[in-house]
Amino acid sequence: MKPSIDWFALSPVLAMLGAAGVALLTAVLVPGAWRRAVAALAAALGFAGALTAAALVYGFTDHGHGVVADAMVRDRFGTFAEMIVAGSGLLAVAISYDRRPRGCEHEAEYYALLAAAGAGMAFLVTANNLMTLFLGLEWFSISLYILCAVDVDVVGSLEAGLKYLIIGSFGSAVLLFGSALVYGSTGQLGFAAIAQAISAQGLRDDPLLLTGLAMIITGLGFKASAAPFHMWTPDVYEGAPTPVTAFMSAATKTVALVLAMRILVTAFGAEDDLWTIAVAVIACASLAVGNLAALVQRNAKRLLAYSSVSHAGFMLIAVAANNQAGGEALLYYLIPYSAMSLGAFAVVAARERELGKPATVDDLSGMGWERPVLGVAMWTFMLGFVGFPLTGGFWGKFLVFRAAYDRGWIWLMLVGVVATVVSLPYYLSIVRAMFLRTGAELRLAQSAPNPVAGGSPPRERLLTAAVVAALGVTVASFFVVQPIIDGARDAANALPF
Amino acid sequence: MNGWLTTILILLPMAGALVVWTAPLSRHRAGSFALLVALAEVGVWINALVRFDFGQDGIQFEQRTSWLGDLNISYHVGLYGFSLWLVGLTVVVMAATIGYGFWVGRDRARAYFGLMLLLTGAVVAVFSSQDLVLFYAAFEAMMIPLYVLVGAWGGAGRLRATVKFVIYTMAGSLLMLVSVIVFGLSQGTFDLVDTGASGSSWIFLGFVAAFVVKAPLFPFHGWLPDAYREASPEVSAVLSGVVSKAAVYGFLRVAIAKFPGPAHDFKVPILVLASIGLVYGSLLAFRAPDFRGVIAYSSLAQMGLITLGLFSFNDAGLDGAVLQSVTHGLVSATLFLLAGAVERRTSTGELALLGGMARGRPALATLLMATGIVALAVPGSAAFAGEFLILAGVFRQGWAWAVVGAVAIVLAAMYVLRVISATLHERPGSAVTDAALDLRPAELAILVPLVACLLALSVWPAAVSERSFPRNRAAALGAPVGWTVYPLRPATFPRDLELKAK
Repeated sequence: MKPSIDWFALSPVLAMLGAAGVALLTAVLVPGAWRRAVAALAAALGFAGALTAAALVYGFTDHGHGVVADAMVRDRFGTFAEMIVAGSGLLAVAISYDRRPRGCEHEAEYYALLAAAGAGMAFLVTANNLMTLFLGLEWFSISLYILCAVDVDVVGSLEAGLKYLIIGSFGSAVLLFGSALVYGSTGQLGFAAIAQAISAQGLRDDPLLLTGLAMIITGLGFKASAAPFHMWTPDVYEGAPTPVTAFMSAATKTVALVLAMRILVTAFGAEDDLWTIAVAVIACASLAVGNLAALVQRNAKRLLAYSSVSHAGFMLIAVAANNQAGGEALLYYLIPYSAMSLGAFAVVAARERELGKPATVDDLSGMGWERPVLGVAMWTFMLGFVGFPLTGGFWGKFLVFRAAYDRGWIWLMLVGVVATVVSLPYYLSIVRAMFLRTGAELRLAQSAPNPVAGGSPPRERLLTAAVVAALGVTVASFFVVQPIIDGARDAANALPF
Repeated sequence: MNGWLTTILILLPMAGALVVWTAPLSRHRAGSFALLVALAEVGVWINALVRFDFGQDGIQFEQRTSWLGDLNISYHVGLYGFSLWLVGLTVVVMAATIGYGFWVGRDRARAYFGLMLLLTGAVVAVFSSQDLVLFYAAFEAMMIPLYVLVGAWGGAGRLRATVKFVIYTMAGSLLMLVSVIVFGLSQGTFDLVDTGASGSSWIFLGFVAAFVVKAPLFPFHGWLPDAYREASPEVSAVLSGVVSKAAVYGFLRVAIAKFPGPAHDFKVPILVLASIGLVYGSLLAFRAPDFRGVIAYSSLAQMGLITLGLFSFNDAGLDGAVLQSVTHGLVSATLFLLAGAVERRTSTGELALLGGMARGRPALATLLMATGIVALAVPGSAAFAGEFLILAGVFRQGWAWAVVGAVAIVLAAMYVLRVISATLHERPGSAVTDAALDLRPAELAILVPLVACLLALSVWPAAVSERSFPRNRAAALGAPVGWTVYPLRPATFPRDLELKAK
């Protein structure tokens, strides 16, 4: 029987998928000089279209319901995450555009894969059963494996791609095995059906189900780069092309956490006494590992990678809270976090292009004075990561702590506070390098393969525009918090807390 | 209409900061513009002072807009008597320091003046916020410009100093964040006027953690000597004169007003820390080898004294604490600017290398003497009135506290006279040459108004001490009916003891 298909609900996915197709066609149909511009434009239009479509679906969906024979779900929770993914993709295209000198190969494929990854992510956050979940997960993961290795002439990039492929596949395999165990125990694939089966058949203590649940949490932990499943993160983030890292850090984390919250709350609501503790422990581990490891990093991308591990910890506090406030907190947190993460990696990318080598924290010296727009933006992003007011990072932490309070877990708040204090030195070390030291302290001559000959820094209009947009989101989400919270609340209402 | 006054006081410098950052101004124009904005800010404050009704209980110039309605968080600002004086201190000191920065010709002028203006707005926001989240946001927002101001324009050891400074203060204020969240959520609102009192010691201690670091109180002052020595003189002036008073506001508006029970329970430990800080800071100030070290440690001592006044929980102590905050703010700002002037002329602040600067430099000598005499609390000075009120207040908590306070005042005389004689008198130091000029007219234009404010306060200290709180102090702090923070105040507290400098 052919199920009726709600094309409108699928439109964000289709927009990005269509963009991927167009971008791929430009690789063969458009002459070399125009190829990059056309492919990037196609991807940008796809992401912008997906953003609009997701906003429309959000607006026209009052009550969540299953579509396409219940394989997927159309609700505000999913579309909210789709908007974040599409917005991140749009910024990622702008950051990528000046990534390499004109006329390089694989430019069209690059944008095609970026749009395809976005489509897979949008598919994943609206997944409603274990099958579509795995499909979406692999869809975007495979796109990202290739994107990480796209700079084939850079050794680090190949290594990153391979590492991501192997460890990511391992994570996917664990998730798949867990799904199989859950299916074997309950005989159901749909999230809601699993919950019904657990309560109807009294499976709460079924070892098969519990093992499956643990393996699903593990698999999603790999994708969210939560400790102790984070070991691929620093290497992959360091080796991958920086715009890809920026996109991964924002969008992959978004979808992994949003999906984790969806499946845990919808399918395993009956087991919440177990998984909330497990997620809280993972959150604490991520906060500890991420922040402590970041303290000793010298490479800027590795530092930001560990920082993203610690932020996964913060957002997992919201997941562990398992309440309405937690849903709001997670969705809110993801907006400034994605903007700050994309923006911070973009600034690092700008410095890397300027220097022609991977940037260490010391390499950022004096950048705040040389390129004040990027400098002020990076300063804001770092303050936002710490949770300073005047950035959305403040409300993110505030709401996460509120969720923990509503749950009655003040100890988890205190863990978060200690983690924030530990994180201060390394975030401020970046600000210190950019503003408190001068460029004269840079020692380029010995280390850089292509020493910079001086002169004004390159003008990357699109990258600067993306950074300014990320800065705008970061700051605006502090001042106009009410509309975002209203949206996040409506979205979180879609889940059966 | 009047509600906008507070908002203007907050937003005017912030808007000025945005203009300085975005408009392509030359160094000279950026400085002039920033100074203009700072003076306009003083004008707005004078307007507020004229319109302020000191006879009225409760909050004035109030403005309230919902920010996050779900949690009853709002942009809620307004001024009490004591907030008005603290804001006044801020705008005057900020105008003077911006003027000083302009005169000295700080490099990277647009960034510098923008940050100074942003700092002005943030500090005014702290002193006028009536919502806990807004208070926390403004409290933290002060750190953003300060971090770069200390770190980018400071001396050789600035990097270490800033790291210490930020980690100390952030550790304190993140504990406050937990307290803000727990307190606000348990009360159902974050509004300082609407919330009632709480009896939770843990929440109280979270707030206190932030304030004792910010003030700082012994033993949380590890960041102080480094930051005050390594920052540029005008930034040190702001740090010790203005920013430390955020802790006074926090104690007054949050810790004491909202936690009457815990404030009483923890009264003795806090008074002990304040007393230790008072004596220890004074002794260190007496031993400090450099001009700025003396002022830095004397700030530690003075903040201890102010805390003694705050935690005496009676009219005299609270009045004295506010008066002393304003006086100390002006004194330490003036002294830091004078220290900067001396350092510019001699390239050192080492007291051993200074001396004999009074000869041929009458303006410098007069201003330093005048400020120093106020600082050592000569009878008749504003600082004397403040210290007397504080001692009279804390005397009601036990005579021993007053004895400690009185001893420290003697020590204050010792360190102030030491710095005056080491700089101005004795033989000309090896770093003092004839090329070291007297204060220039521009410096006089900056310093004379500050000293004039101090002299005016000395003539009429009751302007602040009698106008900080209306008669009903409990109502002034927005506390609920039946509030018993000051049970130790006898109904017949002798009015003449309160020394209104009559």
